[in-house]
Amino acid sequence: MEWASQLCENRGLGSKMTDSKYFTTTKKGEIFELKAELNSDKKEKKKEAVKKVIASMTVGKDVSALFPDVVNCMQTDNLELKKLVYLYLMNYAKSQPDMAIMAVNTFVKDCEDPNPLIRALAVRTMGCIRVDKITEYLCEPLRKCLKDEDPYVRKTAAVCVAKLHDINAQLVEDQGFLDTLKDLISDSNPMVVANAVAALSEIAESHPNSNLLDLNPQTINKLLTALNECTEWGQIFILDCLANYTPRDDRESQSICERVTPRLSHANSAVVLSAVKVLMKFMEMLPKDLDYYGTLLKKLAPPLVTLLSAEPELQYVALRNINLIVQKRPEILKHEMKVFFVKYNDPIYVKLEKLDIMIRLASQANIAQVLAELKEYATEVDVDFVRKAVRAIGRCAIKVEQSAERCVSTLLDLIQTKVNYVVQEAIVVIKDIFRKYPNKYESVIATLCENLDSLDEPEARAAMIWIVGEYAERIDNADELLESFLEGFHDESTQVQLQLLTAIVKLFLKKPTETQELVQQVLSLATQDSDNPDLRDRGYIYWRLLSTDPVAAKEVVLAEKPLISEETDLIEPTLLDELICHIGTLASVYHKPPSAFVEGGRGVQHKRLPARAGSGESAESPDVGQAVSAVSDAPPAVIPSQGDLLGDLLNLDLAPPTSNVPPVPSSMQMGAMDLLGGGLDSLMGDESETSASHYRTEVQSPQPPECSERELGGDVGGSPAMGVSLGGAPVGMPAGLGAAPAVGGGLGDLFDLGGGVGVTAGSYIPPKTVWLPAMKAKGLEISGTFARRSGVIHMDLSFTNKAMSVMTDFAIQFNKNSFGLAPAGPLQVLTPLSPNQTVDVSLPLSTTGPVMKMEPLNNLQVAVKNNIDVFYFSCQYPISLLFVEDGKMDRQVFLATWKDIPSENEAQFQIKDCHLNSDAASNKLQGSNIFTVAKRTVDTQDMLYQSVKLTNGIWMLAELRIQTGNPNSTDLELSVKCRAPEVSQYVYQCYELILRN
Amino acid sequence: MIGGLFIYNHKGEVLISRVYRDDIGRNAVDAFRVNVIHARQQVRSPVTNIARTSFFHVKRSNIWLAAVTKQNVNAAMVFEFLYKMCDVMTAYFGKISEENIKNNFVLIYELLDEILDFGYPQNSETGALKTFITQQGIKSQLQTKEEQSQITSQVTGQIGWRREGIKYRRNELFLDVLESVNLLMSPQGQVLSAHVSGRVVMKSYLSGMPECKFGMNDKIVIDKQGKGGTTDEAGKSELGGSSGKQSIAIDDCTFHQCVRLSKFDSERSISFIPPDGEYELMRYRTTKDIILPFRVIPLVREVGRTKLEVKVVIKSNFKPSLLAQKIEVRIPTPLNTSGVQVICMKGKAKYKASENAIVWKIKRMAGMKESQISAEIELLPTNDKKKWARPPISMNFEVPFAPSGLKVRYLKVFEPKLNYSDHDVIKWVRYIGRSGIYETRC
Repeated sequence: MEWASQLCENRGLGSKMTDSKYFTTTKKGEIFELKAELNSDKKEKKKEAVKKVIASMTVGKDVSALFPDVVNCMQTDNLELKKLVYLYLMNYAKSQPDMAIMAVNTFVKDCEDPNPLIRALAVRTMGCIRVDKITEYLCEPLRKCLKDEDPYVRKTAAVCVAKLHDINAQLVEDQGFLDTLKDLISDSNPMVVANAVAALSEIAESHPNSNLLDLNPQTINKLLTALNECTEWGQIFILDCLANYTPRDDRESQSICERVTPRLSHANSAVVLSAVKVLMKFMEMLPKDLDYYGTLLKKLAPPLVTLLSAEPELQYVALRNINLIVQKRPEILKHEMKVFFVKYNDPIYVKLEKLDIMIRLASQANIAQVLAELKEYATEVDVDFVRKAVRAIGRCAIKVEQSAERCVSTLLDLIQTKVNYVVQEAIVVIKDIFRKYPNKYESVIATLCENLDSLDEPEARAAMIWIVGEYAERIDNADELLESFLEGFHDESTQVQLQLLTAIVKLFLKKPTETQELVQQVLSLATQDSDNPDLRDRGYIYWRLLSTDPVAAKEVVLAEKPLISEETDLIEPTLLDELICHIGTLASVYHKPPSAFVEGGRGVQHKRLPARAGSGESAESPDVGQAVSAVSDAPPAVIPSQGDLLGDLLNLDLAPPTSNVPPVPSSMQMGAMDLLGGGLDSLMGDESETSASHYRTEVQSPQPPECSERELGGDVGGSPAMGVSLGGAPVGMPAGLGAAPAVGGGLGDLFDLGGGVGVTAGSYIPPKTVWLPAMKAKGLEISGTFARRSGVIHMDLSFTNKAMSVMTDFAIQFNKNSFGLAPAGPLQVLTPLSPNQTVDVSLPLSTTGPVMKMEPLNNLQVAVKNNIDVFYFSCQYPISLLFVEDGKMDRQVFLATWKDIPSENEAQFQIKDCHLNSDAASNKLQGSNIFTVAKRTVDTQDMLYQSVKLTNGIWMLAELRIQTGNPNSTDLELSVKCRAPEVSQYVYQCYELILRN
Repeated sequence: MIGGLFIYNHKGEVLISRVYRDDIGRNAVDAFRVNVIHARQQVRSPVTNIARTSFFHVKRSNIWLAAVTKQNVNAAMVFEFLYKMCDVMTAYFGKISEENIKNNFVLIYELLDEILDFGYPQNSETGALKTFITQQGIKSQLQTKEEQSQITSQVTGQIGWRREGIKYRRNELFLDVLESVNLLMSPQGQVLSAHVSGRVVMKSYLSGMPECKFGMNDKIVIDKQGKGGTTDEAGKSELGGSSGKQSIAIDDCTFHQCVRLSKFDSERSISFIPPDGEYELMRYRTTKDIILPFRVIPLVREVGRTKLEVKVVIKSNFKPSLLAQKIEVRIPTPLNTSGVQVICMKGKAKYKASENAIVWKIKRMAGMKESQISAEIELLPTNDKKKWARPPISMNFEVPFAPSGLKVRYLKVFEPKLNYSDHDVIKWVRYIGRSGIYETRC
């Protein structure tokens, strides 16, 4: 050891006079001089020159012109010089591929060097040179190095496979390197194992469906053994890889957890976080009543707290992750509030994150402490932090009812400071408090009104206007206050304009006598002088309401408001689950799925938490849901959101955004718009809310004098938000709505059973697939399939609630489609659908709906509504759904028709690898209403002549040829003739589907 | 994985640039400079996403180290790696400064080539690295075959932190228990939060491959032994600590990678083969029954709009026989302070206008004593509406005991192959308690 440090010191002294000078050469003719030096005979001079080249390269100068001269220096015994030349090569080889080939020989030679350090260096560098010709030469040396006797070379070669795969994936597969890499997982050296795991994981990411990382209990065991022995970095690779494994059962899951928990005491935070990831994921599988489950929960808290004594950057990563963990399993850290108190010297990014977690952990037990802290923070310097602290006080009031009074008085104190942004922030949160606890704290309104003039941010202005409108009857000069805002109406932001419009209408409804003029003024400002369609539409609605039925207007505008949520910024449960699988990574720092920030397909497949043992339980015991909802200690209330189109219309009085609820991306496609013009009105028909039905009738009543029907229609067309429910107003209920018998989930299942038992060869029903993922529908997941049972077409649906709030008021509507499919009755969902519950529904369909040709022909666009929103998706049905029972044609007619249809209309298909004889096929097909009219045998071929009739009366004729003689030829040939040839292809698909299942 | 690594000076000039992945282009270097180093605003996050490229950065004095990637990397690992890289560089050439980096850029490139392969961190233990990255290129020929394989097996081996064949004439070890005690106290003297974060730093000069076992007064271990009815004779007060509390509750601890974690998890025993020289054996955190060495009692009175009266009393709270050192009390003053008059009983106090604080220094102070400072602060009248934020009064000190109450019970050394026994090893233990963030609000 001594000699090493000695050498270092010597070098330190020596280099002080030399190395930094390389950075200062900027004179002209430099390249020329360097060239001369590189070709010098003296070794020292050469080395100096290469150093200068590297220094120039570092600062971004182009020294590629020196390529041949530098490469010439490669043949050297001096390791330091060699490394410098390699560094140069890695940088410039790509730009000089032809010359780079000069280096190949040296690499190949070095790969055979007796010194393992040099062998490894060569293979490591070669992998970094992205030139095809060089890559070819790399294969042989790499193959040798992967089996080298020295572990240092093997661990380097393992990573080199990943490099090569990045350059040429096909080559790696062809050369069989993947198998060699897999073998390295069983290597005796832990570092080789770790690097092999890292390389395999990376390669597997670009082949999401390959079974490359074939994780089974044996390999897992090897990994767990290596885990105890390898470097800290290796432990991270292994833990991250383990996290992708799904244990077979809860026992395996527990045994892995037991072997991973010791990592929680590692000094390296990344090892700890990766271990936490594995534990959080595998915990999902453990039964909750297991003792070990509780032990594990307890073990997780201390290491998470310890992460907060790391360096600030790591603290930040840890806090972002804790934010997720607290949402997923609030019980882990519920007693650790104090460690999240902000320190005066924390960097701002740590402070903001801590504050977030404090709000999440706030409960009745610790609220006094939290409030005292928050008040302290509200006097700090950083504006963002202070704002967030003020907002946090408001959140506490809403979350912990007992503290509301103290929060309000704290906020009033803060308003007295007159610090502009503090006041504005306080007013925004007080508005939320008013909504949560109506008629309780209105005494403070006077104080708020004093600060009216200082408000310059839209959100604060909107909040204040809302307060004035809401409590207009208690504020003597409410009209004056609102009028003062009206002067600069056009300069206000939309948020303020909308709020002002609503507030003045409220005022008018409360004090109609004095404010007639004001309301006229605002309505005309909103409808005639504004370019904003939202504002205009809201103005028109109010106008009509007020002019036709003031009583209804009152019911609509002054209606009971929905509850506001206790939690803010909660991450949507499906996303949260995905992020839990990404603990420690960038995704967990950004709180975004990898697909949101990673280019290309690499590593962006969605990860999911494993299901608890006995997965059938999801419907009976909403376990996981409870864990999530426990965050608030009470069932969460309705989450208000700006994207809530229906809610917006029904209440017309949606407050400005109460919090940072992220704008919900509209999943609506423009193509789907027109179909809903009529549809949604009828959806609203089953709204039980009186205000809604009132509203609907009002809209259909004669027009107010000011605007004509056409004008309204035009405006509405321009505004997607309103168009949904207003366009094509005069629509009654669809024919069958409400008349059809209720078919609950249970009945549907019975039918299912009947189908399976009663009819020997029942029609094939494809398994349910997910049509609408929960991510796209605010937590509602819909999967389904189609079936034809006893001559009736059914759409079998499963609704799963993956959100945290209860879902009610389901309704369904189809767009026009090729065969006029339409619901034959209303959607009977036994509501309410509580979180994590799944309900199966069978919806009978008729074929008498409006017809429009779709592309593809069997496409069906569906809109489903619930209390939260309207969602759109499209699905495709097998056309066999439409084959009717009386589709057997008479033989003579068949013959005549076959001849009659022109041969251009005949389409040929092949069904490969089908091991059915003609009788079995015939039977199977008959189950789906494809009838065999006649059978003929020629030589070794059976020919079936079949007929099919569609619901719309179209006939289809088919000839199916089956080889009987040769067992090896299992292909069937199908010819389809039809007057509407575009259907043929879909008929063929049905044959495929039916015969294969 | 990490796609590239850049080092910049305070002006944003590149000192080191090493790209590991093809998806990182030269423009990434500039993107970070423009968007982070030259940004007008204060840094709002150590992770920045610019055009789908993520930048992780840490700063050491005025040097910026940035790791860049386009993938969903393990963020904690990237930061741990950056810190580790700083450690390695410091071990090689001392302080991380522009001059040192320029002077050693060839060495840094060599290190970067070794400790990061295709963006995957490799062995980064300085001890191992120093055996073969020496900046003496000629060395490669001098090494014998045995030496070479010894190097590679150490770099990749299970015990990457120690090499074979170390010999000392005198086997000696030093244990330092270094604690920093953190406190946040309300003006009324209520403890808002307090914790000790401690480190056990070991300097070992031991021959061969010694097997060590470390014991302390960990409550869980002591309770277990108490139940069993046996007392650990060998360990009992062998290394000194006999007074004070019997045992302490450790909230959490983390260990150097040499410690066998699975053994700690199952038996709670700390056993390891130590690296040679100085290293950090463990870190721990306690929150219960902390001895707070000092109590600060502030009294701030606003007299009119242009004057503040401040009185601060500090009380020492430990055995009278012990001496605290390097005591410093920092009393913040408003920005519009025009003059300060200070009177203190002990030590020296000074108003430092540039730091907006009165700094009161006392060289030594025994236990169970108290001292006081009073100051009158003159204020310039301002029309600034915003109130003075009143930052907390902070304190620095050093005491010769562990505020957590931790005691080292034993450190046993076994080296079966060489003929020295536990008794032949000379052991030294030292306790130092320092202030961490020790603040009292006023």
